[in-house]
Amino acid sequence: MSNRNALPGFKLSLGYTLTWLSLIVLIPLAAVFIKSAELTLDQFWYVVTTPRVVASYKLTFGASLAAAAINAVFGLLLAWSLVRYTFPGKKIVDSLVDLPFALPTAVAGIALTALWAGNGWIGSIVESFGIKVAFTPLGVLLALVFIGLPFVVRTVQPVLEDLQIEIEEAAASLGANRWQTISKVIFPTLFPALLTGFALAFARAVGEYGSVIFIAGNIPMVSEITPLMIITKLEQYDYRGATAIAAVMLIVSFILLITINSLQAWTAKRTGRST
Amino acid sequence: MAAAISLHLGPAHAERYESNPATRESNWVKWTVIGISLSFFALFLLLPLVVVFYEALRKGWDAYLVALVEPDALSAIRLTLTAAIIAVPLNLAFGVAAAWAIAKFNFPGKSFLITLIDLPFSVSPVVAGLIFVLVFGRTGWLGSWFIDNDMKVIFAVPGIVLATIFVTFPFVARELIPLMEAQGRDEEEASTVLGASGWQTFWHVTIPNVKWGLLYGVILCNARAMGEFGAVSVVSGHIRGETNTMPLHVEIVYSEYKFAAAFAVASLLAILALLTLVIKSFIEWRAAQAAKEDSEA
Amino acid sequence: MQFNNTRRGLIALALGLAFGGNAFADVNLLNVSYDPTRELYQEYNAAFAKHWKAKTGETVTIKAAHGGSGKQARAVIDGLDADVVTLALGGDIDAVANAGLLAKDWQKKLPLNASPYTSTIVLLVRKGNPKGIKDWGDLVKPGIEVVTPNPKTSGGARWNYLAAWAYAKQLPGGSDATAKEFVKKLYGNVKVLDSGARGSTTTFVERGIGDVLIAWENEAYLSVKELGPDKFEIITPSISVLAEPPVAVVDKVVDKKGTRKVATEYLNYLYTPEGQDIAGKNFYRPTDAKVAAKYAKQFAKLKLVTIDKEFGGWTKVQKDHFDDGGVFDQIYIK
Repeated sequence: MSNRNALPGFKLSLGYTLTWLSLIVLIPLAAVFIKSAELTLDQFWYVVTTPRVVASYKLTFGASLAAAAINAVFGLLLAWSLVRYTFPGKKIVDSLVDLPFALPTAVAGIALTALWAGNGWIGSIVESFGIKVAFTPLGVLLALVFIGLPFVVRTVQPVLEDLQIEIEEAAASLGANRWQTISKVIFPTLFPALLTGFALAFARAVGEYGSVIFIAGNIPMVSEITPLMIITKLEQYDYRGATAIAAVMLIVSFILLITINSLQAWTAKRTGRST
Repeated sequence: MAAAISLHLGPAHAERYESNPATRESNWVKWTVIGISLSFFALFLLLPLVVVFYEALRKGWDAYLVALVEPDALSAIRLTLTAAIIAVPLNLAFGVAAAWAIAKFNFPGKSFLITLIDLPFSVSPVVAGLIFVLVFGRTGWLGSWFIDNDMKVIFAVPGIVLATIFVTFPFVARELIPLMEAQGRDEEEASTVLGASGWQTFWHVTIPNVKWGLLYGVILCNARAMGEFGAVSVVSGHIRGETNTMPLHVEIVYSEYKFAAAFAVASLLAILALLTLVIKSFIEWRAAQAAKEDSEA
Repeated sequence: MQFNNTRRGLIALALGLAFGGNAFADVNLLNVSYDPTRELYQEYNAAFAKHWKAKTGETVTIKAAHGGSGKQARAVIDGLDADVVTLALGGDIDAVANAGLLAKDWQKKLPLNASPYTSTIVLLVRKGNPKGIKDWGDLVKPGIEVVTPNPKTSGGARWNYLAAWAYAKQLPGGSDATAKEFVKKLYGNVKVLDSGARGSTTTFVERGIGDVLIAWENEAYLSVKELGPDKFEIITPSISVLAEPPVAVVDKVVDKKGTRKVATEYLNYLYTPEGQDIAGKNFYRPTDAKVAAKYAKQFAKLKLVTIDKEFGGWTKVQKDHFDDGGVFDQIYIK
């Protein structure tokens, strides 16, 4: 694509894009860094490393990683079922996979709580085995699994659909059994997409708030997520503390975003798809 | 980051795998995989959806309707619609402009620009709310000026609209960019060479080519705009009947012992989500048909 | 007929969406309050609107916002246009005053330290009191699950914490050190820490979590009333705190909006027999002697300590216990 500029509207559309982007996203986000610059480096470090905040990072990142991993496994199986098998109700399942994108997080939060609390449908069953889910870190994990699932399915599914049947036929004719074909031929091709889906689910989970707070229990050092720490600081009129933690989260989001975009570029290169 | 939520129009015919000995698994493997993945699906996606409607209707139809026509609930519905009606068109205009600039022209820093547009996807909603408090709160940059001039932003409708615009910012743009890139510029260039103006080309060549993707971006944007909780919660102030959106109203009613009423309003949001998915399926079906007609023509 | 009701409901929904809003009010007041006052002010607002209409002929619409007390104060500081604040404790209104929104001597502007009603902290247990909880001392026993909100964000939670502290300190051999050890053990038994008192009540009552809820007296009575005396029991501890939730007009907002007169009357009306009666009906302890006598049967008698005498006032309490690095933070870190 060279810019011989037969097409009009470049300056107008780019100018508009940049202005709107700056007004809505960049300038407000800059406020976080400018506000946290009111703290000295020592103070900043103190705020973002107090034990309670560190515990919240561990929970947020730990639960997000675990949720993304669970989604990678089950999301892959689900994508595989949707692409490779016929079964009744497949179309409905396929459309409902996107539900967590469309369902408001607060609704997901109260629904999951109602299901998994000690007096809920599932909660009453698992509690008879002595497992508590709602109001424990497991509840956080549960909510994060819910919101992350479609990311894995929807990144893996199209790549799986585009796989050339001929490759598998070739592998089979060369004497590979089905498991060898899947693990040695298909899986490596899917891997970048799976990793992208994993990273997307992880990034989404790290920032999630609405669905988690209903089910988390919010005990300091145990089940407080980092976004809740920001809210808690705000509610104590501690703006600087809130913005310092927000700055940490923003940096993490930015790094994740750049990682994801490179992963997507890698997937595209591996499979010849555009993102 | 939005690639995961693009329309996908790939072939959906699993039969070709199942009939080919080189690409099929034995029956027990097939049913085990389906069994595991569908149990997971039912447990984590289907049951939460079912429970919303079950709890909403537990006290009967009349209680359900009473919860919805209560003045505070109506006001929440109205505010949610207002926020979406303002936010969605603004992000639509932005998305089209951004996609035009990014997909049809080359310029330095393009991929960085895309990353910046993606940023609101990965920023925690709580941070998204916080930034507007920092800018427009009484102690913020512009806050005292706005308050002295009697303009309310935070804890009023403008703040809620701003937060909504922020969280739904990338949806339309990210839906359109890959589509318009794939389209290339040949058709547009041909049209301008033939003497059409820029706007004519845009309306008659570009838009018809991307209309399904555009529509999909808009409904996703709308679903998120109506359902946002975290960001809006930070800037709302939670004034009953005034600055509560539907998701916030759900939370408030939920904490007032009115369980069934909370789920009643939640069920409206769930219906909206289901409607979004139905429209999405319809769009995919139409787009697939259009693609088929194109390849046949 | 159910079908008719359904249809009527749908029509009402449509009309409400089309023509809703409060276009007819002469004056609008915003009362920013704390969590468990929802029912109190719902009733009081209606009564006051009537009173104001009779007195001046003006229609006043009162909006209310509820949440954890600290969180609400934060919102007002940030620009939530509250004409009046009715919060859980003086410390939170002090914070609003420190932001320059109202005079620092706000507590002197209304009778009784600007606290028209008082309350205290009690324990709510499940019917039959299966864990045999009788007093604060039972809450630190192993295996007892306690539900209370987060003192960092909730005013009620700070009262809860201080009541427990006061109990431990008055025990034989009690000191600040033993009290700290006591609350540390107590919070070790806390499984859910919601951001507001109402959240905790929901957790205990609706979700069935925990053996005992430390709650506002009014909140405890309300749960029993709303959910039936067959489910919960109120346990009055041997000692508790006298909670004085204060009220104040936000000077800066009323002067800008021109609502000082109605806002002041709104708070003064709380002290009248009518206002006091509504407080009593909603399980707040009235301060008016006559009304208090009427509701005396409803409230148990127990030893109540005050924050000023026992703890040296809210400024000190806030700094020692609840600010970052204070005692409450210390007990969560080994």
